Amino acid sequence: MAQVFDNAATLCVKLVLLGIAVFVAATIAIVAWQMNAPVAAGVTVDQPIPFSHRHHVGDDGIDCRYCHTTVETSASAGMPSSQICLSCHSVLFRDSPALAPLHASAESGTPLRWNRLYDLPDFVFFNHSIHVAKGVACATCHGRVDQMPQLVRHERLDMQWCLDCHRAPDRRVGPPDQVFAMRDPRALSDEDVAVLRRLYRFESESRMTSCTTCHR
Amino acid sequence: MAAGKTIPILPAGPRAPGEGVPDGLPDPRRRAMLGLMAASAALAGTGCSGPPAEAIVPYAHMPEAGIAPAEPVFYASAVVRNGYAHGVLVETNGGRPTKIEGNPGHPMSLGATDVFAQASILQLWDPDRSRAVMRGNDISSWEAFRQDLTARRAGFGRDGGRGLRVLTGTVSSPTLLRQLDALARRYPRMQWHRHDPLHDAAAETGARRAFGTAVRPMYRLDRARLVVTLDADLLRHDAAGIRYARDFRRARRGGERARLYAFETAPGLAGAAADQRWAMTPAEMEALVRRLARALGANGDPPAADASQAQAAAWETRLARRLRDAAGRCAVAAGPTLSAEAHALVWAINARLGNLGRTVLALPDRVPEPDIGAAAGTLGALAEDMRQGKVDTLVMIDVNPAYDAPGVARFEEALRQVPCAVHLGLYRDETGRACAWHLPRAHDFEDWSDALAWDGTAGIVQPAIAPLYEGRSPHVLLGLLADDVERPAHDHVQATWRAAWNAPAEFDARWRESLRQGYIRARPLAHDGGDPESGMTRMAGSDTGMDTGIDTGIGTRAGSQSAGEAPSPSDAASAPDAARLVAIFVPDPSVNAGAWANNGWLQELPRPLSQLTWDNAAFMAPATARALDVGTGDVIALAAGDAEISAPVFVMPGHAAGAVSLPLGYGRRAAGRVGDGVGFDAYPLQGVDPRGQPLPAARVVVRRTGQRHAFASAQAETSMHGRDLVRVVDLDAADVPQPSLDPPSLYPPVAYPDHAWGMSIDLDACIGCNACTIACQAENNIPVVGKEEVARGREMHWIRVDLYRDGRAGREPGQERERTLFQPVPCMHCEDAPCELVCPVGATVHDSEGLNAQVYNRCVGTRFCSNNCPYKVRRFNFFQYAEESELAAAHANPDVTVRRRGVMEKCTYCLQRISRARIEARKQGRDMRDGDVVTACEAVCPTQAIVFGDTNDPGSRVSRAKRSPRDYTLLEEANTRPRTTYLARIADPAARLEDEDG
Repeated sequence: MAQVFDNAATLCVKLVLLGIAVFVAATIAIVAWQMNAPVAAGVTVDQPIPFSHRHHVGDDGIDCRYCHTTVETSASAGMPSSQICLSCHSVLFRDSPALAPLHASAESGTPLRWNRLYDLPDFVFFNHSIHVAKGVACATCHGRVDQMPQLVRHERLDMQWCLDCHRAPDRRVGPPDQVFAMRDPRALSDEDVAVLRRLYRFESESRMTSCTTCHR
Repeated sequence: MAAGKTIPILPAGPRAPGEGVPDGLPDPRRRAMLGLMAASAALAGTGCSGPPAEAIVPYAHMPEAGIAPAEPVFYASAVVRNGYAHGVLVETNGGRPTKIEGNPGHPMSLGATDVFAQASILQLWDPDRSRAVMRGNDISSWEAFRQDLTARRAGFGRDGGRGLRVLTGTVSSPTLLRQLDALARRYPRMQWHRHDPLHDAAAETGARRAFGTAVRPMYRLDRARLVVTLDADLLRHDAAGIRYARDFRRARRGGERARLYAFETAPGLAGAAADQRWAMTPAEMEALVRRLARALGANGDPPAADASQAQAAAWETRLARRLRDAAGRCAVAAGPTLSAEAHALVWAINARLGNLGRTVLALPDRVPEPDIGAAAGTLGALAEDMRQGKVDTLVMIDVNPAYDAPGVARFEEALRQVPCAVHLGLYRDETGRACAWHLPRAHDFEDWSDALAWDGTAGIVQPAIAPLYEGRSPHVLLGLLADDVERPAHDHVQATWRAAWNAPAEFDARWRESLRQGYIRARPLAHDGGDPESGMTRMAGSDTGMDTGIDTGIGTRAGSQSAGEAPSPSDAASAPDAARLVAIFVPDPSVNAGAWANNGWLQELPRPLSQLTWDNAAFMAPATARALDVGTGDVIALAAGDAEISAPVFVMPGHAAGAVSLPLGYGRRAAGRVGDGVGFDAYPLQGVDPRGQPLPAARVVVRRTGQRHAFASAQAETSMHGRDLVRVVDLDAADVPQPSLDPPSLYPPVAYPDHAWGMSIDLDACIGCNACTIACQAENNIPVVGKEEVARGREMHWIRVDLYRDGRAGREPGQERERTLFQPVPCMHCEDAPCELVCPVGATVHDSEGLNAQVYNRCVGTRFCSNNCPYKVRRFNFFQYAEESELAAAHANPDVTVRRRGVMEKCTYCLQRISRARIEARKQGRDMRDGDVVTACEAVCPTQAIVFGDTNDPGSRVSRAKRSPRDYTLLEEANTRPRTTYLARIADPAARLEDEDG
């Protein structure tokens, strides 16, 4: 009895099956890559002015709040107006070609357009002021910007990362006077944790991990 | 907003009304279908991409106040509607006005607002607003207009402005009045005319007869224990409606519960709130006013029991007695369908009862004085002059007479005789298109102005954003007209108050204080009572002629209409009696007189007493409809003189028989993409009085056309079917606790140690005005879906106001025993929420404070939750309803997610406001206090019927409300244990007039 499927047909079937397997694998790979891409750590973007946090924070020792003025009062940390930059740069490096967009902005009143690096999805409502008030240091999320010539996204901005902290905030925060200090987070002893817990009166874990805390 | 496509009038066919429209593509063609499939396959192949890159745009120069970009800033300002100011706070986010709140300090707002103030945000951002100066049909510029005007001004200088006319709506702005005076001084022969389609000319004439000068009434309902309204819907969203509603609620809560008797032609909000209401035609009401005046001795005669007194029904005698017993603590209010004589008589009744200066205040009114000629200053006089070629320059400010002038005035035709007509308006509407020049007007939130509230409280209208388009303020235009110099509106307004205060040293401080408060601190006219007695003393004498020459109302009024208003004898002979009706023209609860027609929020807001959306209708009583052999949805033709319109019938229980009420403001031809062609235009039927002012009623002849119209109703069923959805308790039983089932539950109890949010809605306070629905829409970025989608039951409102008619037939016809009940229904936030159990993806879950949360990014759109919800409060985005234009994004609340297609949504108890309050409190290191969280519906409510708060806190307002014996749970038998509960409505059996005889 002759074979029901000749060699060509068998090859065809094998190729189709292989093709399906490759397609499924490729789809999963693409989806995984796409889901990770927007929040991955270690990413950087170019800016209209090559601004160096290392120079301003590390070398010059300027406090975060000098430029990010509303970080203690508002959901948004605030970006410096061109006028704030000019409080120094009207004198320092005035003729540097890198600063030409800044002077153009101040003269014309047209704002600078910085490219966003820390971009949360629109259904997430993050508030800087409450995190700062509860002892989350700038460096905890943004890293040692005093060592970054170009700003690099320090953490994966996914929900798991948010929840890690919201489940045990007392282990991640520091004393109020250290919030704006640029240093690596110190390991907390059990006593420290007890003190911080009394100080900040964190809400319950169920509250901190409710959907409604961040999503509206 | 989705463009509201109207459903054309359908020919009579097998489809029953209310069956709705078939879903899906109208007629899918094979090729189109294949094309769509290929396109969707191609789209699927491209896959998803990451979020778009975003820019951060800081200030170039930060404002002095150091405003944080994510924090809202509130400006005290005013929304000016029909000439009168409504004190509001304009919330701006990042410099963009996004929400309106009431101004708690303003005496006419007290923190609440009406539907129009809420919708004014959408009006500001309306893409159909006029954006450029138009000369005829060509885009022009302000400079070109100025040059044209300069040439004309030379002519005014020579002849004293003989051909110059200014037409405005009702004006209360001191600056505009000052500028009109200055213009009149500059050009002595110029004339100012006033046209407001809702202006109650009879009330003005009646008040003139009573006082000898123009006054308007202001009622202090909080001081009244007995209120009688005669076709005056005091609770309607009118110039003073918010304050009246709050005052009336206060009067009802007081020790001695205030009583309200409403006489109405068409059912209104006052009738729904009344202890007893009567449906009467205007003519019957006129007769009632005369009998009441005689019974109370207010017409000059002693209160004798004469012949007519004996004829009066028993309840009428009782009404007069109760009024007399409550002398000085009652108020009688007359409405627009009554004649001038009746208005004067009502003033006399109030004077006789000693109400003037106590519950009824007479405030001086500034109107165009009829000193030049008997008919000067009105629209009719203007149209007559225009036809005779006496007008060569007509400046129209914020009016639309080409649409809303009565049909017999034939204004549009007269407008063609004017060589230079100038129209300043928010939209290039019917009038703007018929003029030589159309100028865009700056919105109230875009430029400076001032205005008085109904009670006389002055306020500065403060801009919250620079003009979006080329709009200018009326003050700039009038300044240009008078002086040929273009000065900013700010200067004009400041000049007015500089002169008024006459204190240069403290001007800046007072100005700033006025801006901060939103009103000008002075003795408001309405709160010191004024001195109306001096005027009224003349009335007490019998020389007023009050009791003579009063004809029955509709005879006097409709009979005196000019230009073929009354049906000709031949018409009358051929038409059966049933077909001859009195048509009354009423303002629409959503579009007012037409100016708000292009507002999707308002168009989709169900009209309180009919639950219709995107439509008006000819409302008539069931008996009238039976006599005409028509039902809801049948199209009838209404004819008055030469004019005929066709309109769909809506059978309205509680309407006066023999009358048909026609809401104005629809059938717009040039309103914009939303308002064009919605409903029918009733203005062609309207007549004018001898002075040329619009009449509130007309005699019409009705015939059937055999056509049908599909309404989009938000609620098809208004019967409770014997269930107690809205509970009503008697006043003397109001302290007896309601029976509560409290059935056992299989679900384990959950503890909420921190907060447990809850809401209480007082159905005794709710007047059904729908302000909560629209405030919620503005706060929570709720989309508009359009008429077809509403007809399919897909409206998106998170809080709806249900309407029930609790019907019991009266013993005498006209004496309605039927109660109209309202019930606002938001998400109940059930403890044992049925929706949560059926969600396959956990998109609806409880949070730690008992909120039933909807997680949009988890939702996959199965709609199981909505099917399992006994309250039907969940709303599904069947299509991409949320508009994604730049203008829509500009007025969206940045604190609330904009939902996409395929996502379920519902009331969140204003989660964003809870979050804000929580963060602010925690930053200050304290716990949230009662009153920190005020939901949008709670804030807007004129009667404070909605209370929100923490039920864990025994001292909170919501806990106190829930402890009331009137507290009950909607559909308690479903055992969902909702967080939102209701307070039963109170009925006052002792207040009923016809029950006393046993």
